[in-house]
This record gives sequence, C-alpha cells and structure tokens, in this order.
Amino acid sequence: MHDFTPISALAGGALIGLASVWLLAANGRIAGVSSILHGLFSPPDPQWRAWFISGLLLAGLAWQAAGAPVQLRQGFPLGWAAAAGLLVGFGTRMGGGCTSGHGVCGLGRLSARSLVAVLVFMASGIVAVYVVRHILGVKS
Amino acid sequence: MNALVSALGAGFVFGTGLWVSGMANPKKVLGFLDITGNWDASLLLVMGGAVAVTVIAFRYVLRSEKPILEEKFELPQKRDIDLPLVAGSAIFGIGWGIAGYCPGPAITALSTLSPESIVFVIAMIAGGLLHRGVAR
Repeated sequence: MHDFTPISALAGGALIGLASVWLLAANGRIAGVSSILHGLFSPPDPQWRAWFISGLLLAGLAWQAAGAPVQLRQGFPLGWAAAAGLLVGFGTRMGGGCTSGHGVCGLGRLSARSLVAVLVFMASGIVAVYVVRHILGVKS
Repeated sequence: MNALVSALGAGFVFGTGLWVSGMANPKKVLGFLDITGNWDASLLLVMGGAVAVTVIAFRYVLRSEKPILEEKFELPQKRDIDLPLVAGSAIFGIGWGIAGYCPGPAITALSTLSPESIVFVIAMIAGGLLHRGVAR
C-alpha cells in the first residue's frame, strides 16, 4: 500500500462533502454529477447545471495553473475509454446516479436505495478491473 | 448571491476536492478497485470524508423550509430497490472499473485536454442519450 494517501484523501473528501452541502443548502439540489450532466440535454432548467459543470472544469484549470501535480496516464487504449464512457453514461442513467449522487449524497441522506447502488457498483468495478487488467492484460 | 454563481462555486469546490483527493487521477481510482494488485485504500477515505460531512450537515440543511436561494428542495423521490437500480449500477461499475473514471472526475479531467478524458466524456454523454432513447 505504498500509494496510500490518507490525509489528502480525507481532506479532498471533506471538500466534496462541503460542496454537496453547499449545493443543497443554497440551491436545493443534489450534487449528483451524472444527473447534472445529463440534465444539460433535457429541459427544464439546464442553466444551473451548466454553471456547476463549468465550476468542475474551472477547478481543473485552477489546479493546473497553481502548478499542483497532475498525473496523466499514458497509453490507455482509446477504444476502451469509449466503451467505458458508454457504459458509465448508460448505467448511471439507468441506475439513477453515480459515485456522487448515490455515494456522497444518497448515503448522506441514509437512503437504502443508494447504499445498494454503491455496493453494486463497487463490486462490479472490482470485478471489471480484475478482468480488464489481469485477465485481458489491458494497460489501465 | 445569485443561484447560478452559487452553482458555479459549488462545482468549483467539488472539483477541487476531486483533485486534492486523487479521484481525478484514474490510476489512483483503479488502484483502489484493484484489490488483487497493490491495493490503495485511499478512496475509502475520500468517500468516508465526504459522507461524514453530508450525513451530519444534510440533517440540519433539510430542517429548513426551503434552500437559501431557491423556492424549494428538489430531492429524489424514488425509494424502491428495483432491477434498473441494480442493473444500471452494475453497468456503471463495469465502465468505472475499465477506465477509472466516474462522471465527476471525468469532467474535471477534461481540463487537461487528455485524449482519453475527451473520448470518455463524449461516450458518456452518448451513453446517457442512448438510455433515454431506449427508455422512451
């Protein structure tokens, strides 16, 4: 476990939680990124969603402008990236949420539905990594 | 404060948390999901840190009649644990485990202009639209 980074993980997690509390307290909305993203393409009110997504992008730009470390992965096959994106987009809409909506916010609301979702996507993620990395030998 | 500016600010703090925590780095995410490799438990603490904040603060927030800048809270109404929930979450997890991106990190990683993040996000939007087409 030489990659273990408990302090930055907890601090970053707390920021994610605070941002979710902010969006709920001020805007009355759940910070579920898959719902926010896909809501951009369906009325009503795509506008606040566009601003939230812009905030996510700006954070990445500010992070790099500040000279903070960005570890870009080299050599991940783009065909796998496309397949994974399709599965994530389809699956999050079918299941009604992702790591943020079901994970951070759903668990925060003590939702049994979200707990089931989190356990299922963690389990299928673990299986997928095993198959893709260790059986198919993809450099991911 | 204007509600749109507020949404921008929340997105900015959320995205910053993704970078600070390491979630924006797909290798870090896969290091967590790869339990048979060199397992990195950090992500458990990201989720734990975030949920520790929401589980305490949401209770107080939801005691208010309405949010600060809008007329009402828009909360998910579904309660049932049904097939779409389980199947959809399973499909999402497979994609997450292949690439190491879930939606938030993928979007903030777009700022690096890495080809894999661009391809992933376009495909993710297409996947969502595909679901809408199928569900209709």
